[in-house]
Amino acid sequence: MGFKKYLARKTGVYLITFLFAVTLNWLLPRLMPGNPIEGMMAQAGTGGVNEALIEFYEKLYGLDQPLWKQFVNFWSSLFHGDLGYSILYRAPVTDIIRHALPYDIVVLLPAIALSWLVGNWLGAIAGKNKRYDRYTMPIFYFLASMPYFWFAMLLVYFVGVELGWLPYQGAYDPSTVPSFSAGFVLDFLKHWILPFLSLFVVMIGSWAIGMRNMIIYELEADYVRYLEALGGSEKLLTKHAYRNAILPQVTGLALQLGLMVAGAIATEIVFNYPGIGVLIMNAALSQDYFLLQGAFLMVVISVLLANFLIDIIYAFIDPRVRASYTEG
Amino acid sequence: MPRRSKLDTVKIAFRNSKFRFGFGLLMFFIIFSLVGGIFTPFSGDGLYYEQIPNTTVKIATYSQKTLPPMSEETLITYLGKEIKVLHILGTDAFGKDVYAQLVQGLRTSLWVAFLAAIIGTILGITIGFVAGYRGGWVDEGLMMFVNIMLVIPSIILLILVAAYLSARSPEVQALIIGITNWPWVARAVRAQTLSLKNREFVALAKLAGQRDVKIIFGEIMPNMVSYVFMAGILQFSGAILASATLDFIGLGPTTTVSLGTILQKAIAYNALQFGSWWWFIPPGLIITLIITALFFVNLGMEEVFNPRLRRGGE
Repeated sequence: MGFKKYLARKTGVYLITFLFAVTLNWLLPRLMPGNPIEGMMAQAGTGGVNEALIEFYEKLYGLDQPLWKQFVNFWSSLFHGDLGYSILYRAPVTDIIRHALPYDIVVLLPAIALSWLVGNWLGAIAGKNKRYDRYTMPIFYFLASMPYFWFAMLLVYFVGVELGWLPYQGAYDPSTVPSFSAGFVLDFLKHWILPFLSLFVVMIGSWAIGMRNMIIYELEADYVRYLEALGGSEKLLTKHAYRNAILPQVTGLALQLGLMVAGAIATEIVFNYPGIGVLIMNAALSQDYFLLQGAFLMVVISVLLANFLIDIIYAFIDPRVRASYTEG
Repeated sequence: MPRRSKLDTVKIAFRNSKFRFGFGLLMFFIIFSLVGGIFTPFSGDGLYYEQIPNTTVKIATYSQKTLPPMSEETLITYLGKEIKVLHILGTDAFGKDVYAQLVQGLRTSLWVAFLAAIIGTILGITIGFVAGYRGGWVDEGLMMFVNIMLVIPSIILLILVAAYLSARSPEVQALIIGITNWPWVARAVRAQTLSLKNREFVALAKLAGQRDVKIIFGEIMPNMVSYVFMAGILQFSGAILASATLDFIGLGPTTTVSLGTILQKAIAYNALQFGSWWWFIPPGLIITLIITALFFVNLGMEEVFNPRLRRGGE
């Protein structure tokens, strides 16, 4: 019973956030100075600015209608899965994004999940062991301070260029045709390792720092002292501290998502990995506003969904949330 | 709780080794960005300028060679003079001096981050404070807004706004970073305000009939200074990272060099493939070290203000 209430409340909050984000996506371009149509025409190379052509495009995009109507139209086409037409790629935005999204998922999801596990593990050891802590903490801080894309550049330079061990451009060899053959899968994996590694390694740093601080804090807590006084083994103490320390790390997962998205966008550019990041860069640099807005929407939706999932998981693993919703 | 004078706090902070390390490193980069230019004859854009006699006109000398660090080059200027110059960190693909660009880029990046941190912190303090102090529906509404802004990845907002601006100065970049970065501060300040406003000394001030403004600036603010300062430092490091990412995507300042734009140029002109490591390793290393330094300043301050965190023998 109670869980339903929790779910309903969370759904409500995320719906409002979604409404807000979409409105912002619609409003921001209209608040900005300059006329995007002129910019787009200059990019498309239609030969200078032409009054009749501007009028034609304004009509085409419905910009001659009153603002409220534009807003309604925006929502209606959104629900029809119509995000406009990309001038740069000469294809519907929805199609372009659908082709790019799998690449993001394939790199980001394993990087986030594995770095979270490994980072928490390393951080917990550091929190417990002072001598180990002394040597590893500066490394973790250095890792956490690195811009993702710079570490990606280092990997490309040292592993890709100098050593020549792995390919570092694109998602697969351009001379091969995507298929489920062993050769292609191997080639795909080879191209995947460096982008994955660049995100994975940098992410470890911040997870380890968070976990280490939480463990130190929890080991000082009264319940651990009490357990110690009762004669609990060190293993038992750590187990209890770890269980409490892991909860904020789950919340941290949701909070770090935005930064990770930023890192992933820049990292994809380094590797020319054909995900949303490269799309965003190309769209931004060639003023392809439909594509840019579509990519914005896609990122926001993904982040909201991920947050929602984390909230649900959190409700299951945190007994306090569970209790407050099943009793009340 | 007895009040410590501010000077004492500063003294204790400097006794903390983490704070000293971070602060020292940060100071080094700030000073370097200001005076680093005197070690090179090149101007901030990496070119050698020569003044034409009897005019105010300056003409740049271009060379096309990509040179490794510490290499000397003989430039033939517009007036036909031969000048021997030293490229401390080599040159990029356009023959521009990397060291000179690095100094200028560092100055831009620090300036952007500083401005953005100020804007973000002030916005965050104001909103967090009003929410916490007023309470009720004002609090609910503002916190709803804060939570929404926290979930939407700010980089994507930054990209959207920056893409619509065809000419971008560092100040404009700082402004857009500042107005997307504040929610963290707002949340932290609200939490602090909530815990402070129910303390005895605030109740006492209220009983004494003091006005809200006086209570806020006289009673609550002084107890939050350290907190706000630390939030500001986090804003600073967030802004450095955000501006570098934005620059790297190609949406950086169009009017000057920054650390991120150096990296963007390096990628765009295949510095990785040609092995010009001196072009892309120093800017990224500086960004990393600045953020590390800020981390340590924050850690040190946390330990100073919250002695429980100190780990024996420090």
